[in-house]
Amino acid sequence: MNKKKTSLLALPYGLWMAGFIAIPLFMVFCYGLTDRSGTFTLANVLAIATPEHRKALVLSLLLSAVSTFLCLLIAFPLALILRGRRIGRGSFILFVFILPMWMNFLLRTMAWQTLLEKNGVINALLGILGLPALSIINTPAAIVLGMVYNFLPFMVLPVYNTLAKIDDNVINAARDLGAGPFQTLIRILLPLSVPGIISGITMVFIPALTTFVISNLLGGSKILLIGNVIEQEFTRGSNWNLGAGLSMVLMIFILISMTFVAKYDKNGEGTAL
Amino acid sequence: MHPSLIDLVHISKSFDGELVLDDLNLSVRENSFVTLLGPSGCGKTTTLRIIGGFERPDAGSVIFNGENITDMPPNRRQLNTVFQKYALFSHMNIAENIAFGLKIKGKSKDYIQDKIQYALKLVNLSGFENRSVDSLSGGQQQRIAIARAIVNEPKLLLLDEPLGALDLKLRQDMQYELIRLKNELGITFIYVTHDQEEALTMSDTIVVMNQGYIQQMGTPEQIYNEPENAFVADFIGESNIVDGTMLHDELVEIFGAKFACVDKGFGVNKPVDVVIRPEDIDLVKPSEGTLTGIVTHLIFKGVHYEMEVTTPNGYEWLVHSTDMFPVGQEVGIHVDPFDIQIMNKPESEDEEAVGVNE
Ligand SMILES: Nc1ncnc2c1ncn2[C@@H]1O[C@H](COP(=O)(O)OP(=O)(O)O)[C@@H](O)[C@H]1O
Ligand SMILES: [Mg+2]
Repeated sequence: MNKKKTSLLALPYGLWMAGFIAIPLFMVFCYGLTDRSGTFTLANVLAIATPEHRKALVLSLLLSAVSTFLCLLIAFPLALILRGRRIGRGSFILFVFILPMWMNFLLRTMAWQTLLEKNGVINALLGILGLPALSIINTPAAIVLGMVYNFLPFMVLPVYNTLAKIDDNVINAARDLGAGPFQTLIRILLPLSVPGIISGITMVFIPALTTFVISNLLGGSKILLIGNVIEQEFTRGSNWNLGAGLSMVLMIFILISMTFVAKYDKNGEGTAL
Repeated sequence: MHPSLIDLVHISKSFDGELVLDDLNLSVRENSFVTLLGPSGCGKTTTLRIIGGFERPDAGSVIFNGENITDMPPNRRQLNTVFQKYALFSHMNIAENIAFGLKIKGKSKDYIQDKIQYALKLVNLSGFENRSVDSLSGGQQQRIAIARAIVNEPKLLLLDEPLGALDLKLRQDMQYELIRLKNELGITFIYVTHDQEEALTMSDTIVVMNQGYIQQMGTPEQIYNEPENAFVADFIGESNIVDGTMLHDELVEIFGAKFACVDKGFGVNKPVDVVIRPEDIDLVKPSEGTLTGIVTHLIFKGVHYEMEVTTPNGYEWLVHSTDMFPVGQEVGIHVDPFDIQIMNKPESEDEEAVGVNE
């Protein structure tokens, strides 16, 4: 095929890229680097240094990191169990597991709101059992719970994918050469699933870092994540310039984690769902 | 007589209700090269996996050096496996692959270094320490898989179709390499293949398997020259297997013609299977033959001609000969008495199962 034809075929892709990625990005940069009157300024970006914004960013990074770590802690054993199953049964379990993903994200999170409320389902159950009531709604713990619940499948799938690709005989070979189950886990399974783990980490960390819905619903109005701050600048505060500037800062963190993935996941192994 | 190193005693195994191994008994002497030979799906890999500890038999036991190891996990067995598709660790370089077993056993750095050098030299891949697994060809990967196994100085090495994925030339080279390795190391080999030529070339004992049964066990010469049943005869090399009637000792009737043979003790007028190798048929003048037929096919095969001779009853005899007879010519068939193998027809159900599937 000659070059002209190839570029013609790429046109829809190019248009798509322009419409949904380049133009929105350009607009964010336009707003972020100007003030209300339209003159160039770095003030919106540097505004991240103000104490309240910094606090929100640090809390976001912290809660996202904790959630990502918890997701990994749950997902790895789960993916291992799924791997051990025969294909037929395994895919059914996987299916059951992914099922909630098809439910609306908002609904799922609101469900947790009702479950966790002071007079919610969980506390009612605890009351029946004579146990003390939990009060985790509107705490960082509730936000972490929401993040883990919502983003866990994004960790399980890439990790499961890399684990499932490991030939049974590679594991058998390790056992054959004297490795017990634990040694096999540490020396074979864990290192071989690094691409999936890395890709899972970004797939959980990035949405967790930018979320404002989970913190809105489960964190109440007291706990502000960087996502909430940005959202409020666009909605209530009506300062699009500041919102865009802060988004750009967040983008830097996302870019950092993306390069992290690109470095480890060269073959796109982990990302393929 | 060497003592036996490993014994499989009354091993049975089924998958999903399907019997794969049925009361298998096998004894392997120390320092021997035993080949499990049989068609795909006959249970060779399963047998090897039971010995390696990756599969637990439903019944029976595995005795290694006099110790019952049926329930011992693979990592504690003093044997190593070379897997069908190499199964190298792709996240480690060649040296790390070879060192894996030794590191687990906590050997010293110097010892491990020496062993790596020694093993690489043994498989003719010196200087490959820092190469990645991906950068190696199939044949090289297979050698590394062997090196990785033998540095652990196992008493027994299990090899599951290790040459199956290699091309013909490389396969033949590797066959000689393996025999050399075996002799240098003095390790007992249990080797799995479905390639009868490979089995005949390499082994001192061949175990012919079919449908979970051992059909025959013996030296390559015994298996080739004295097949015990039609399956073995058919599986090992090409054969003419025809119905015959044992008239009395040393005389068999085939398609109405009487052939002198050397077999005795089959009784009188007993139906039997008769096996005649293609290279054992002599084509002569029609008047001198025991049977006559017409040449219906002729192919030049290099060392010999391959011909099909059709007798009046319609049977096509496969004949290998250095003399050429053109298609359409009438020829006589002559077979020397000692080239005729007589075998009982299968009677019981068990024997039936082992028969040739036509
Ligand atoms: N893990 C398993 N689950 C179910 N069936 C199996 C399993 N392993 C082997 N089998 C079946 O057992 C039979 C023998 O397999 P195998 O020992 O691999 O044969 P071979 O190595 O001689 O080709 C085959 O029919 C195969 O499908
Ligand atoms: Mg096999």
